[in-house]
Amino acid sequence: MLKEFFSSRKNIIFTGIFIGVSAAFLQKLGNPSNMGICVACMERDIAGALGLHRAEVVQYIRPEIIGFVLGSLIAALIFKEFKARSGSNPLIRFVLGFFAMIGALVFLGCPWRTLLRLAGGDWNALFGLAGLVVGIWIGIFFIKSGYNLGRNQRTNPIVGWVMPVVMVGLFLLLIFRPQLPSGAIFFSSKGPGAQHAPIFIALIIALAIGFLAQRTRFCTVAAIRDVILIKDTYLFTGVISLLLAAFVSNLFFRQFHPGFQGQPIAHSYQLWNFGGMVLAGLAFTLAGGCPGRQLFLSGEGDADAAIFVLGMIVGAGFAHNFSTASSPQGPGLWGPASVIVGLIICLVIGFSMRDLGKKMVEVKR
Amino acid sequence: MNQRIDVRGLSCPLPVVTVRNKLLEIEEGILEVLIDTGTSKDNIVRMVTNMGWKIEVKEEGEEYLLTISK
Repeated sequence: MLKEFFSSRKNIIFTGIFIGVSAAFLQKLGNPSNMGICVACMERDIAGALGLHRAEVVQYIRPEIIGFVLGSLIAALIFKEFKARSGSNPLIRFVLGFFAMIGALVFLGCPWRTLLRLAGGDWNALFGLAGLVVGIWIGIFFIKSGYNLGRNQRTNPIVGWVMPVVMVGLFLLLIFRPQLPSGAIFFSSKGPGAQHAPIFIALIIALAIGFLAQRTRFCTVAAIRDVILIKDTYLFTGVISLLLAAFVSNLFFRQFHPGFQGQPIAHSYQLWNFGGMVLAGLAFTLAGGCPGRQLFLSGEGDADAAIFVLGMIVGAGFAHNFSTASSPQGPGLWGPASVIVGLIICLVIGFSMRDLGKKMVEVKR
Repeated sequence: MNQRIDVRGLSCPLPVVTVRNKLLEIEEGILEVLIDTGTSKDNIVRMVTNMGWKIEVKEEGEEYLLTISK
């Protein structure tokens, strides 16, 4: 009964509103502008805190990421949906995560932040959104052509606990902040990495989002994909709710500043705002969901989703070390090239993983 | 004879797409679907209902058997 309650449409609307309001509120409490929640940026900050990159302005262990995984874990345990599973082409998923992050950091935001940038009046995000839709549309072409990463297998529960335990470890590092001779752990003293909401408020809000999203299956990429692919508007309703709620909340908090120029943590090189998100949208679609969804799946025992998340974190380290990430001044030196290479690799993956097709699901009786 | 498809272990959106394609192919009759995640179950129930088919959900341990009919 309760399960049916949570899967009805009003709950996806509530989840969208909750995320939208929370994002604006977290910004009000200290998170960077139009970045109350950004899965890609926040994973990038974690990569920086661990020393995987040395961009000094984006290093912090974001409790929001921790809360997303653990909130989903709690929901999955309560509703008996925690199932350890792995083995659906993990290396390909790692590569997709890597390039999803490369693309997102050329645009400067994941699908969640695309919506939040729009809700804050950053019209550059329109080009990112267009790129996202095109990337998803290309992914749908592959899905319709039989693209398939293969079945996962049930496995020992300990495998499903790896990601939640990693998150607990990150939380301990955030709280105790050990200082090692190497300089780790790295926390920004200026820039976006130094801007953050109080730890426990951010964590509690993120736990609630993780819980709600696990129950309602919230996913920003599937929202667009399902409208195009199966004409289902359920998840799309949630995304629109998020956008409107964040917009209204931003008006309330006086955080709405419409325009193209001078937008926070953004640039106006529209070709690469578009191109970056084509790459990200394609990679997310080929992996089955947006970066938030991958975190929620990680929390309910999906080790393949966890591998995708690890690919994103490593991708973030690479993006800053190899100058593919953008800055407010524009794309990094190798940003455009990285988008092109990423697109080629994702297309190769899309074309070459179409062999499993329909036959594998037919049951002979 | 009922047809049965097994979409256990497949990532989103393959379970829902596979079921949709199969329903469009058979047009009427009974289709049984084996699945193993709540997300796929919810997605398939919603889509099948929207398509005008009836669906029964039976929990079998940690998996589900969906019986879809028209």
